Formats: sequence, structure tokens, C-alpha cells
Amino acid sequence: MIGTGILKGMAVTARNFVGSYFDKERLITVQYPEERDPLPENYRNFPFLIHDGDDQHAGLRCVACKICEKECPPQCIYIVKSDDKKPDYMGKPQFYPKVFDIDISVCMSCQICVEVCPFEAIKMDKDFELSKRERFDALLLRKDELSKSNEYYHKIHPIEAAAVDKNLADAAAAAEAKKKAAAEAAAKAAAAKAASGGGAGSFPGKLTASPKAEIPGSTSARAPTNSLASSGSSSTPASS
Amino acid sequence: MESLEQIKARIEAAIPEAKIELMPNPGPANQPSLLIDNEHARDIARFLRVDPALRLDFCSNVTGIDWLDRVVKKTVKVKTVVDGQEKELDQTTEEKTPGYLEAVYHLYSMTHKHGPVIIRLRTADRGDGARLPSLTPVWRSAEFQEREIFDLYGIRFDGHLDLRRILMWDEFQDHPMRKDYCEPDDYEWEPTPHDDVAEKAKQHYPPRPQLDGAEKITGQEETLKH
Amino acid sequence: MSPTVETLEAMERPPVTMGSRIEGELLEVSIGPQHPSTHGVFRMNVALEGEIVRKLKPVFGYLHRNHEKIGENTSYLGSMPYTDRLDYFCSMTNNWAYALSVEKLAGIEVPERAQYLRVILAELTRLQNHASLLGFLLNDMGAWGTPLMYAFREREKILDLFESLSGSRMMCDYMRFGGCRCDTPPGWMEQAKKIVDRFPRFINELEQLVVGNEVVIGRTQNVGVLSPELAINAGITGPMLRACGVNYDIRKVDGYGFYPRFKFRIPLGEHGDSYDRLMLRVLEMRESLSILQQAFAQIQPGPIVNPKVKIRAFRPPAGEAYGRIEGPKGELGFYLISDGGPNPYRYRVRPPSFINLTVLEDLCLGNTVADVMVILGSVDIVMGEVDR
Repeated sequence: MIGTGILKGMAVTARNFVGSYFDKERLITVQYPEERDPLPENYRNFPFLIHDGDDQHAGLRCVACKICEKECPPQCIYIVKSDDKKPDYMGKPQFYPKVFDIDISVCMSCQICVEVCPFEAIKMDKDFELSKRERFDALLLRKDELSKSNEYYHKIHPIEAAAVDKNLADAAAAAEAKKKAAAEAAAKAAAAKAASGGGAGSFPGKLTASPKAEIPGSTSARAPTNSLASSGSSSTPASS
Repeated sequence: MESLEQIKARIEAAIPEAKIELMPNPGPANQPSLLIDNEHARDIARFLRVDPALRLDFCSNVTGIDWLDRVVKKTVKVKTVVDGQEKELDQTTEEKTPGYLEAVYHLYSMTHKHGPVIIRLRTADRGDGARLPSLTPVWRSAEFQEREIFDLYGIRFDGHLDLRRILMWDEFQDHPMRKDYCEPDDYEWEPTPHDDVAEKAKQHYPPRPQLDGAEKITGQEETLKH
Repeated sequence: MSPTVETLEAMERPPVTMGSRIEGELLEVSIGPQHPSTHGVFRMNVALEGEIVRKLKPVFGYLHRNHEKIGENTSYLGSMPYTDRLDYFCSMTNNWAYALSVEKLAGIEVPERAQYLRVILAELTRLQNHASLLGFLLNDMGAWGTPLMYAFREREKILDLFESLSGSRMMCDYMRFGGCRCDTPPGWMEQAKKIVDRFPRFINELEQLVVGNEVVIGRTQNVGVLSPELAINAGITGPMLRACGVNYDIRKVDGYGFYPRFKFRIPLGEHGDSYDRLMLRVLEMRESLSILQQAFAQIQPGPIVNPKVKIRAFRPPAGEAYGRIEGPKGELGFYLISDGGPNPYRYRVRPPSFINLTVLEDLCLGNTVADVMVILGSVDIVMGEVDR
């Protein structure tokens, strides 16, 4: 009989319509903004800078190495390096960005800046309710709007933040261990020299075993430990 | 599928006046190509499509390439006599290869399921009169792709029945994919972090008044004056 | 299936309808760039005699962003997010095609788990692309949005999977040279298996809606018949080619990735009309489900990316390579020429939708204007890919 095909199709529509009252799977409307679906852990929107602790300026992890600016495909990051240095979380003096702007009308949230940053300083935010009233200045985020604390990062990406903290702690521990080993080696060398040569020419014990500071952005993809493992200086063992 | 040398030999046997060169492709991809001359291009293409062993009936991709003038410096050690002594000195020669435009065709076979065989056609120079024979009568898939190459590179294809711009609008003048294409700089003016873009754009527009004078109207002074 | 020499010679005569000027007593209509059924900003100049189409000239370029020039000015890694935006429905397969071409260019190997993940994501992409295509086609035919919403309901489940894996629903930017960007979060595989297990229920419903429906049959059967000889010569690939009966699927021919490890069939059509193109996509969805089941069974934990590949300052050796995959719309290929520098010298995308449009005029001649919409819907174009 002609029309059976259409009737079968109508049965499908009826099943869906009636079923939407009873079956959770058939009713998929989410009454936004009263109810919101939870965002997955990996969701990314625009980048932000991390600062450790409470002070936005002192704890900023970014050292203005300009790698993210170079690698950004639409070139939406603009960095100006500062003239002076400030100590980073391991005590080593580093540059910091005087100006750090991201133009979020250009940014395409590709996450390449996060992948190439060797200092775990820039990560992806999850905030998407970002409507502004004008198109130009309000969509250019400057350094103070971009810096958010490490606790905020833990809140939005708990698993990733835990991994990053573990990496940084491991890097700091490795640097400490290297420093101690170097100091012990230098002390042994100085003691041996004192025992044999009589301490001639007490040149201040240069740490011969200090590891070279690696150039940031070296080959490995996810290795902040390499570039952060540059030891501090000091602790010259006093030769007798 | 036979190797590219065998294919070259068979084409030369079938079309004696054809001038074919094997272009090696360095690197791990191992996809060498054949450079064919322009007068016999259509005959060679027809042979490739019709030949029972090859039966390359599927032209997958037609690409245009813009090669600029290249200067290749070669350093050779030459024995010269200096101050009565024979020395070996480095002599650098510069080889200038003039630039040209190129069309590359990737051919596959749907009947025999092999490929690719890559053929290249070159123009004489990068000037405005660059012409190449069109292979659209042999493979219809080249129709839109050759139009795109004409639009973006400026190569005219002889024998193409409908050669006009396809991606840019019809009155557009330049050829965007060429290496020496200059972008127009009258972007919509917005302050971007990169100041030189904003400066270039500002040249094109009259200075915008920040205020339109409305703030000067206070109402009281006007009534007093009158 | 192999065309004889006589038919080839016959095809070399140029078709009568070529030419850019449309004139005469025919009514010229521009099915304009702004139209709800043209799948994006796409324009067709048609010359009508009453309701019958006598000439049809497609006009596009409204979305032309000169993606190939951007590719010449950006590094290899930086072009990966731009490939998402080519065929914006299928970003995972675009990424895979580009990664495959660069891996061919530089000779990079991919670990096993990454290959399995790539196959899984590509087949999920194919599922959601075909589902939304069927929804849009039924929408164009006049079923006001209901089948589209059913298709999008399933598509949302797959997009949720993409979001929890890569961070973004459509612009995933997930593949890297030598593997994938990051590993699956815990629970992702089980979630994906659940969705794949429940998908046949949706395909059954869709078949019940579409297959026997007299309206669909009347509007799509014998409409837009494409002969296999013309299809092969015009470079048509993908479901449109297989609907004519030509058995050419790059997953079987090239055997890229780990596809040789899976057993799957290639559905073929008989008549080459719009109905065959429609039903072929439904059958392809079922085959994708079987590939997915096999991939879920075979995947093992392991490394996700080749550790020898540099992220920054990636300079492949000088040379050129053409890599292609079977995307949901046809053969998507990338042709890269490297001169040893950080940016490619020439970066070319072989867009399947662009080349599939070559035969649009031939298909639409002699049909009515209403059929033009059905034929265009069955060709399956995305303007991001046509214009690049």
C-alpha cells in the first residue's frame, strides 16, 4: 500500500517524541544558563599566565623567552622583555615580561604556546563566557588580566596541575641534589689539594661540576626539567 | 607498477620527439617525477591514460608552483699558481637558475589501483605571458584545478574551454599565490598588538575625530548668547 | 568496469554546455550565496527553461582565505591548527592527512597505539559526518529539521568524546608528526565503546525513516545519475564514486595507517543516483562501526608519539611528498615541497569537495530546480574545503 514508508517514518518520530518524556537519552536539551553541563578536564579556551603564591609580579613563572610568541601560528602574542631581573621560584634571577599581550580576537586556542613553553608558565583557561561590549581594546588581554594563581590552575585542571607541580618539584629536587653533589666534590677536591700541595693559590673554588644551563626550548617535547636544572651559583667551599 | 625509468623509456618509444627528464626527489618520500615538454604534453598524457599496462585514468591533483630565480653557490678547490707556488684555493662560482612556473600532475589508476605517476610541466619564465597546454581534454578533473592555477599563479592553459578566475572575484588583478605578491594594506582598522599593521592601515583613512564636538554644547551659553 | 578506448575517445569531445556566458530566452537565476540549503556560501548561476535547468555554473570563492599561502608562511607545526578549519566537520581526518604527508616527507614512524587511536578517531569522524550529511539532506528535502536533530543528537555524543580527549569539539588539533598530542583520559575508552555499541540503534531508526519513505524515493531515485566513466575521468572520489559502482577506497588501495589489520567491506552502489549516494553513506556508517569494534579490541597501552621528533625547529629534509587519506568526503591529499627550512616551500591541499563539484553541471542538466538542491546535498560539500 502506498504510504507505508511514510507511516513507518512517522512511527519513528512518534517514538522519539513520546520517549523524550520518559527516556533521559532522548531529551537532550540543557536549560542553559540555569543548568550547565560539566566541562571535561581537558577542555581549553584561551591561554593565561600562572603565578605562584599571591604576588602577581613576584611569582610570575614567565621569563619572557619569547618562544610562545614565535611559535604562535596567528601571532597574537606580543611580549616586551624587561630590563632588570627578578628571582624565579628556584632563586635564580631571570628576566620577566614588561608587556605581555594576547589578542583574543585573533587567538585560535590551538594550544601550541602551552606545548612549547619550557617553564610551565602559560596554560589554557576554561572560561568561555567572555562577551565584551566593544571589539578592540576589550579583546586585548594584558599581563595583569592574564596572570592567575596556581590555585586557580589547580581548580580548573586538577590532574594536569598536579602533574606540573610534580615536574617542577622534581626539577627543584634534582637541582638541589646536583648542587650538593657538586659542593661535596669541590670540597673533596679542595681537601685533597690541601693535603697534597699545601693550599697554594687559593683560587675560589669554582664549581667544576656545575651543570650547564641548557638553552630553553631544547629538543624534548615535555621536559621543563632540563632547562630548570641549572643550579644556582654560590657556596664556594673555603679552601684552607 | 613499472619503475619510472621503464615508463620513460616506453613513452619515448611511443612518442619519439618527446623530451622527458627524470627528476629525482631527494628525501625519504621516494616520489620522483617526470618533466615533460610542452608541445607533446597532451600526447604523452593521452598515452599514459590509454596504455593498457598503465591505464592512469585518475588525475588526482594538479598543483601550481612558483620557483623564484635561484642562485646556487658552488665552492670548488682549484689549483692555482700564487707567488710561484702551487696552492689549492677555493673558488666560488655562482650559478643563476632563472625562475619559472610549474604545474605538477599526480596520476593514479583506478582500474589497476596503482600510482602515483607524477608529471611536471614548466613555463619558460615567470613573466605575464606564461602559457602551458591544458590537460583538461584528457582528464576532466583538471578543469577546476587548472582554473585555480590560472587564478592564483597566472599560468594560461591553452585548450581549456572555460579559463576564468575561480576563487578570486573576476575583476581582481593580481595573482595571490605568487611569491612576490604584495598584500593590500587597507585592512579594517583595529588596534592590534603589532603596531606596524595599525600604522600601515592608518595611512589609508582620514584621521578619526575622537569627539564629534557634541560635548561642547552646554545649552546655557547658547541661550545667553542669543 | 574498465572503460574501453572508444568511450575514452568519446569523452574527449568537450561537452556542449561549457562556456561562461549564459544568454538567450532562458531565465537566469542566481541561487545565491545566501541560501539555507547550499551548504555554506555557495552560488550557482542557473539558466532555467520553465523549471528545467539548461545551464548551471557554480561560483565559489566567498570563503577563500588563501590557506596555502598561510601554510607557506607558517611552520609545519603551526599549520596543523589551520588544517582543522579546512573541512570543519572532520577536523581529525584533516589533521591525519597532513600528519601523514609530513611523515612521508620526513620519514617518521608512528607507534602502534597512536595508529590505533588515529583509526578510531577517523572512523568516529566518518560516523558523525555521514550522520550530519543525512540530516542536512533530509532537511533540504523538506523534513523541517527533525531528522537533522536526530543526527545531531548522535553527533553531539561523538563531539563530547573529542572534547574530553583533545580539548575542543570541532577544532581538535590533535595529531602531531609521529603520533598524537596526548593520551586518552581515564574512562575515555569505555565511554567510546558505549557510544559505539548504542550507535546501531540510531542507524536502524534512520533507515526506518529514510529507506522506505516514498517522498525520499521519489525525490532521489534517478535524480543526478552519474556514469562511472565520467566519475573516474572527472576525479570524483569518496562515497560519490562508490555509488556509481567503482570499487576505489584509499583505505584498501593505499593501506595507510593500520587499516590492513581490520576486516571491513566496501559498499558499492549500482545506479549512481542520489538515492544510491544516500544509502551508501548509511552502509558506510555500519562498516565504520565494525572497524571501531575491531580497533577497540586490538588497542593496547603504549607510547603515544615518536620521541625523536622535535616540536620546535622541525626541519624535514629537502624533497617533496604527496600523502592522501580516504576522508569522509573523498580523497583528501596534501602535497608538500620542502626546501630544508622551517616553513614548507609549497603547501597544497587536494580538496575532495572542490573536485567533486566538477560534475555538478552534468548531473543537474535536465532536472528541475528542486532536484538541484537534492543533488547538491548528495554531493556533500563543505565550503571551508572548496574555497580553502
